[in-house]
Amino acid sequence: MTGDALHLAELEHDALTELVNIGVSRAASSLRGMVGRQVHLSVPSVEVVSRMVASALIRERETGPLVAVRQEFQGAFNGQALLIFPEQNSLELVRSVTGDALPPDQVQDLEQEALAETGNVVLNSCLATMANMLQRPLEMSLPEVIRGEGARFFQAAGEGDDGGVVLFLYINFAISDRDIRGYIAMLMDLPSLAALKELIAEFIARVMGDDAE
Amino acid sequence: MTTILIVDDSKLARIVVSKAIAGLQPDWEKIEAGSADEALERLANAEVDVVILDYNMPGRSGLDLAEALRAERPEMPIALATANVQDEVIARARAANVTFVAKPINEDGLRGFLSGAALQLRSAAR
Repeated sequence: MTGDALHLAELEHDALTELVNIGVSRAASSLRGMVGRQVHLSVPSVEVVSRMVASALIRERETGPLVAVRQEFQGAFNGQALLIFPEQNSLELVRSVTGDALPPDQVQDLEQEALAETGNVVLNSCLATMANMLQRPLEMSLPEVIRGEGARFFQAAGEGDDGGVVLFLYINFAISDRDIRGYIAMLMDLPSLAALKELIAEFIARVMGDDAE
Repeated sequence: MTTILIVDDSKLARIVVSKAIAGLQPDWEKIEAGSADEALERLANAEVDVVILDYNMPGRSGLDLAEALRAERPEMPIALATANVQDEVIARARAANVTFVAKPINEDGLRGFLSGAALQLRSAAR
C-alpha cells in the first residue's frame, strides 16, 4: 500500500510539478512586489525522499546556518511549507523588503517580523494557487521563523511514524542585484501524499476530460 | 491550414493547451515540443505559423526562445504562457512583441491571442 502511495505515475508527477511551478511563479511575483526587483526561479524538483535526504539536498548547497519561515497547512492533505535562505542573507532580505530606508538598528529590530511577513506572502500565494487548482481549500497556520541547521527544518512536527519518508518539492530562487538566494520547500507525509495523489488524478481528469467545464 | 507549435516541458500542460486550442480553432494543426531545443527542431522541419511557449523550462527559457524566434520571424504570432507575472518578464515579452498569456491556461485566457493570430495570418495571406 505504501508502495502505491510512494509511486507517482509519469503524468501525475508531471501534473504535480506543473502545479508547483504555477504556484511558485505566483509566489515569485508576490515576492517581486515586495522587494521591487526581479526574482529568478529554477525549474521545480519533486521527489519522494526521506527527511534525511531532503535536508542533505539543502545541505549540499548551503554549508552555513539557515533561516526558514515555516507554515503548516491543513486540508485534504497536510504538510509544511518552508521558505529557506542562508542566515547571512536574512538582513539583506529585510532591507530589500523595507526599501533600504531604515537605519541598521531598526532593520535588526524588524528582522523577525519582516521575515515572517515575507514568508507568509510567498508561501500563501504558492499554496493558495495550488489549492485553487486542486479545488480543495487549505488552512494555513501563522508563519514561524526558525533558525539553525537545515536538518532541523525537516524534522516531523509531531510524531515521526511515517518511516521518515516525505514528498519533497523544492525550487531555488535568487533576487536580481541583491545577494539573496533561497529555496521554497514543501514536505508532506505518506497519508497526505496518498490524498494528494487522488486529487492530482482528479485534476488530470478535469483538465483532460472532453466534457469538463 | 494553420499550424501551431506548443512548447512546454510539462506533458499535462501541453495537453491542456492543446485542448483549449481545439475548442477555439478546431481546424488548426497542433505540434508539440518538450523543450526549446526540441522546438527549434520542429521549426526547422515543419511550416509553423503560430507558437505558444512555456516560460520556465529546463535549459533555455521560453522567453529566450521567443526572442530568438522573433529575430527570425518578425511577423509570427508568439505567446508566452506563465504564472510569473513579474514586471520584468512582462516587459521583456512586450519588447519582443510576444503576447502574455496567464497560466493556468483555459479557453478564455487563450481566446484573445488565438483570434488575433488568426486575423493576422488571414490578412498576411491576402
